[in-house]
Amino acid sequence: MQEWLESGLLIAVAVLAAILQFIGARPAAGMTRKQKVMLWRIFAAAVLLLTLQMIGTAAFDRLGSAGRWARLAAFLVDYLVIGYDILRKAFKGIRNGQVFDENFLMAVATLGALALAVYENGDYLEAIAVMLFYQVGEWFQSYAVGKSRRNISDLMDIRPDYANVERGGVLEQVDPDEVEVGTVIVVQPGEKVPIDGTVVEGTSTLNTAALTGESLPREVQTGDEIISGCINMTGVLHIRTTREFGESTVSKILDLVENASSRKSRSEDFISRFAKIYTPAVCCAALALAVLPPLVRVFGLGLDAGWETWIYRALTFLVASCPCALVISIPLSFFAGIGGASKAGILVKGSNYLETLSQTRIVVFDKTGTLTQGVFEVNGIHHSRMENEKLVEYAALAESASSHPISKSLQRAYGKEIDRSRVSEIREISGNGVTAVVDGRAVAAGNDKLMDHLGIPYISCHSVGTIIHMAIDGEYAGHIVISDVVKPCAKEAVQALKAAGVHKTVMLTGDSGKVADQVASALGIDQVYSQLLPAGKVEKVEELIRQKPEKARLAFVGDGINDAPVLRRADIGIAMGAMGSDAAIEAADVVLMDDDPMKISKAIKISRKCLRIVYQNIVVAIGVKLICLALVALGFANMWLAVFADVGVMILAVLNAIRALFVQKL
Amino acid sequence: MKKTYKIDVDCANCANKMEDAARKTAGVQSCTVNFMTLKMNVEFEEGQDPKAVMEQVRKNCKKVEDDCEIFL
Repeated sequence: MQEWLESGLLIAVAVLAAILQFIGARPAAGMTRKQKVMLWRIFAAAVLLLTLQMIGTAAFDRLGSAGRWARLAAFLVDYLVIGYDILRKAFKGIRNGQVFDENFLMAVATLGALALAVYENGDYLEAIAVMLFYQVGEWFQSYAVGKSRRNISDLMDIRPDYANVERGGVLEQVDPDEVEVGTVIVVQPGEKVPIDGTVVEGTSTLNTAALTGESLPREVQTGDEIISGCINMTGVLHIRTTREFGESTVSKILDLVENASSRKSRSEDFISRFAKIYTPAVCCAALALAVLPPLVRVFGLGLDAGWETWIYRALTFLVASCPCALVISIPLSFFAGIGGASKAGILVKGSNYLETLSQTRIVVFDKTGTLTQGVFEVNGIHHSRMENEKLVEYAALAESASSHPISKSLQRAYGKEIDRSRVSEIREISGNGVTAVVDGRAVAAGNDKLMDHLGIPYISCHSVGTIIHMAIDGEYAGHIVISDVVKPCAKEAVQALKAAGVHKTVMLTGDSGKVADQVASALGIDQVYSQLLPAGKVEKVEELIRQKPEKARLAFVGDGINDAPVLRRADIGIAMGAMGSDAAIEAADVVLMDDDPMKISKAIKISRKCLRIVYQNIVVAIGVKLICLALVALGFANMWLAVFADVGVMILAVLNAIRALFVQKL
Repeated sequence: MKKTYKIDVDCANCANKMEDAARKTAGVQSCTVNFMTLKMNVEFEEGQDPKAVMEQVRKNCKKVEDDCEIFL
């Protein structure tokens, strides 16, 4: 039975190696030369082992005493075919003073098993098969890691390879690094925008999916700012560059993403420290297992020592103890998590931030630009004595000379070109408003004070925001409400955060208490602090950090324009709508590429999923290892089982780690 | 001064070994090896010639892990 099983396994390995070799012949499979060589070695060793098993011991026995050595030589050749590199690495490790690694474990275990077999003239199969399966596991791991590395890198592939520069009427492709600021570059449909700049000619639609994870295309025309990394979809664009390539958005993002997994999380640190203690400890335990029980048997119990049994168990113990599943799957999980997040337009600057993000319990928002649009809009027109459009038209014309944000929003609401010739006698009354003559009619636009000043009775407004009363020809004509607009999905975003396990949401704003309270209650935010200066925001965040429970983490979400100090002070700083804002990319730990607040809860969910996978892998890998080690020490498991446990757990852990990449549905 | 180099190495543990070896090289202030992106970030000490230092780094890395490669 055992023999059938062994032969079956060997045949399976040989067939698998042959099939993989066949698949690997296509360039699309992306196998490296080293992997292909390894496949040949696995195939050759499996076939040779199978042949030797078929010939059997009897054939060698007929050769007499030389037969034993001939058999040993044949198996030794097979052993070297499959394991020579492991032996060499183990030897190098010893010479360099780094004795304990998995190569050393495998070399000692298999050489030991071979020596036992020589001594007994017994079964060489086991030692070689263990090495064979270990190599199969290593091969799979190297392939899976290489493949997922490529997949993840492809996701982040926004690096432009060239820029088109017109020289003497001919388009030339040059290295983006060599393009100076102020050069006009040409981007054709289907090409990536290589450098940040301003459109000087042409209109087109841009695909920003690679940057923001949003597939909604963006329209651009002459005069618009354009950021690198977008894909030009429809028309030819001429762009005057405003930055060098190295300073462009795309380079900054690439730099950030590529360096992300260099910042190691505590789980990763734990694993590398664990591996450093673990391997020597396991080696000592194995040594004890080989030496102590026989000595106890001889001297304590007066039994036969049974050296072979205990040495065999100690060797099996070594095979079972390989820590590769942990060492490889933890960084891979984080890498996949960061890759998945960046596909969704969420840039996480390091594994450690992903870890902190998953422990977020308090989210502090900046109001303007984060929960609200940050642009002022005409939100209501009340008590108007004429058509609303007409009233806005008068207001826009009267305010046409001002560059105040309020007048800008009035002009936007009017929506047509301002004909300055219709306006005359503009008088700005500082802090109150303006009076002007529009189309021959006296128009006054301003706050309560202006109306009081002019002695015109007005109707107060209950709405929150900036109120502009209008008087035409000395008579009250109604008022216009201008206020910041809450983002459409801000309320859902706050709810989603609660659902994702955030206990408390806080809003900080420089705005007046009335406006802040209204926004907060509309969105369902727990706590509000209003009328804060930028320094006050830092103080409030510090206060909240002091109050929070030990393990909870505080995240601050801002639009990055003047929040840099707060972003730095919070446990984790999240910058929104950061396309093109350097200060935000610099100061934040997590960067949301667009300004959709729903992404905050998504980022937290991604981090939770990733950390869940990390913990699963740690627990399963260490758990299975410990069970195996116990079984081996008690003599319930042989070397076959040990190597299967090792390779099996590793494959499961790697597959589980890759799951962290799939974040679309979160 | 900081520089980034592409590397080639097979396993996570080998990458850690390279990191150790590079850190111990004279002229290297700090070094991180990122196995996932196959990149090595090296920070050189003041006034060191990166080229000469990196030759040495490569030599030391090869010593601990012979099938690694650093593309200078």
